[in-house]
Amino acid sequence: MIERKLGAATRDAYGKALVELGKENPDVIVLDADLSKSTRTEMFGKVYPERFIDIGIQEMNLVGIASGLASCGKIPFISSFACFLMNKGYEQLRVGVAFSEQNVKVVTSHGGISVGEDGASQQSVEDFALAYTLPHFTVIVPSDEFAAKSLIKQAALHKGPVYVRTGRSKAPILYNEKTEFKIGKAIQLRDGKDVTLVATGLLVFEALEAAELLKQKGIEAAVVDMHTLKPLDGPLLLSEAKKTGAFVVAEEHSIWGGLGSAVSQFVSQNHPIPVELVAIQDTYAESGKPEELFEKYGLTSKNIVQAAEKVLLKKSK
Amino acid sequence: MSHPAQVSESSNKKINWDLFSKTALTIRRDIIKMLGIAGSGHPGGSLSCTDILTLLYFHFLRHDAKNPKWPDRDRLIFSKGHGCPALYAALARAGYFNADMLLTLRQLGSPLQGHPDMRRLPGIEASTGSLGQGLSVGIGCALAARFDKKDFKTYVIISDGELNEGQIWEAAAFAPHHKLSNLITILDYNKFQLSGATKDILNMEPVAEKWRVFGWETKEIDGHNHKEIFDAIEWAREAQNAPRIIIAHTIKGKGVSFMENNNHFHGVANTKEETARALKELGENETEIQRILGMIK
Repeated sequence: MIERKLGAATRDAYGKALVELGKENPDVIVLDADLSKSTRTEMFGKVYPERFIDIGIQEMNLVGIASGLASCGKIPFISSFACFLMNKGYEQLRVGVAFSEQNVKVVTSHGGISVGEDGASQQSVEDFALAYTLPHFTVIVPSDEFAAKSLIKQAALHKGPVYVRTGRSKAPILYNEKTEFKIGKAIQLRDGKDVTLVATGLLVFEALEAAELLKQKGIEAAVVDMHTLKPLDGPLLLSEAKKTGAFVVAEEHSIWGGLGSAVSQFVSQNHPIPVELVAIQDTYAESGKPEELFEKYGLTSKNIVQAAEKVLLKKSK
Repeated sequence: MSHPAQVSESSNKKINWDLFSKTALTIRRDIIKMLGIAGSGHPGGSLSCTDILTLLYFHFLRHDAKNPKWPDRDRLIFSKGHGCPALYAALARAGYFNADMLLTLRQLGSPLQGHPDMRRLPGIEASTGSLGQGLSVGIGCALAARFDKKDFKTYVIISDGELNEGQIWEAAAFAPHHKLSNLITILDYNKFQLSGATKDILNMEPVAEKWRVFGWETKEIDGHNHKEIFDAIEWAREAQNAPRIIIAHTIKGKGVSFMENNNHFHGVANTKEETARALKELGENETEIQRILGMIK
């Protein structure tokens, strides 16, 4: 089996990336809504207090202010928990950022259910769906600290609105400082001829583990880290679809409107093949340890293995 | 067009009050023409803020119609987006685009959208139409000026119905805490919202007191009296430690007798007959009235 070596949480990598961005780009402004200790924007605030504002617990105003700052040439990074910023600030993101095409970077923490003990009201199972439907938005979900730091720094240079979801819990290490990431270009972590496991965020490690388990059963699974949800890496998906002819898509999100929906849509339009989805069913989760929640809500390598076996049956028909 | 030098040296002696009156009248005629031809839109809230927009675009705003992205320009965030016919007319008369384009309001492909779209029309500083958002955007502009040590001002025009929105009060709490004295808010207080009188739908009185307890400095004026608007904006521009809001008491539909305080005209455009009557009242010449009527189906 591959080793589960825990690195920093992707939110910690966000804090580090911000400090570097602060040095490199005087237009970077960071705003938080009273959660800077949790989102890690306080790391930026300590080094660049003059370019950091904790605006208070007001997500609508947070997004509106960012829209105004961006209209004047600033590069605002705004942060809160995924559920609060995306859900409470959504209409402001719609009109003031997406419709207005403003250069605002929305980086949330506490995405998914790996938030853990705080419970369902603090967890986010809808943010991919919300971000996907905002025109002009690029959507990024880094899988480990190295991916997070590199992709967030690229987000600052990208012209246009970006959504990045980071997580609270420590993330298994997949990459290193030398790994090259490019927004919109997925990473093929493993090759295989039978089935392709397309995953994002914490589910990428689960997919790698699943591929090992599948190998023991004589099934060769490819693994793709789809760190950019939008735009999807179409060329890679197409070549994988043609090669393996079966997909499992795994994500820490509702089964509705996330990566699974997007990949299904892509293959149905470009190269129809059977697809199985590993995601949170149409429900909210609860309090518990992250690993307990992954177990209960079906987000482990075991679930991916089952999905792969199921999709292979469909493929053979 | 107003230019920085004129603004900073403004004094009552040099003010061309006649220009304001004539321009406001032209804008009111434009609003009636645009809405009559479009066949839909919001006459009442356009006519109520016409005098305020006139004073801003034809005296106070530091702007350049030929260079709408000039970084040092003053920003005007028109938060009550449904009143945009007034804004479009002010922009056209200030030289941002040819006034003939006004008559394309709400038509497919026109830069003059039903509610303002900053990506389609030069001079629009924020896309609005979803009430409650403009004050936050204005705060962002005011903060950007502070970050960049620039002296441009940010004006935000809000409506009284818009005060129902929670986001307004998030912004109202934020601006005084951060002493945003470069942010000037003008409330077009026309006393109506879509479904009826604001006092009946959701009474926000005492309005001035609410802003004061949030930390704003307030001034109440007659929002159609050019001298009062002038003096109030001068006052607001001199803010030192707190943001200032001008509470402009206005009349919805101002300038057209049968539209004044008639909330039917909140979101229903003037018919062909009403267009003719309104333009006559506004002193438009007969040839022009007939030209416009010819464009109404």
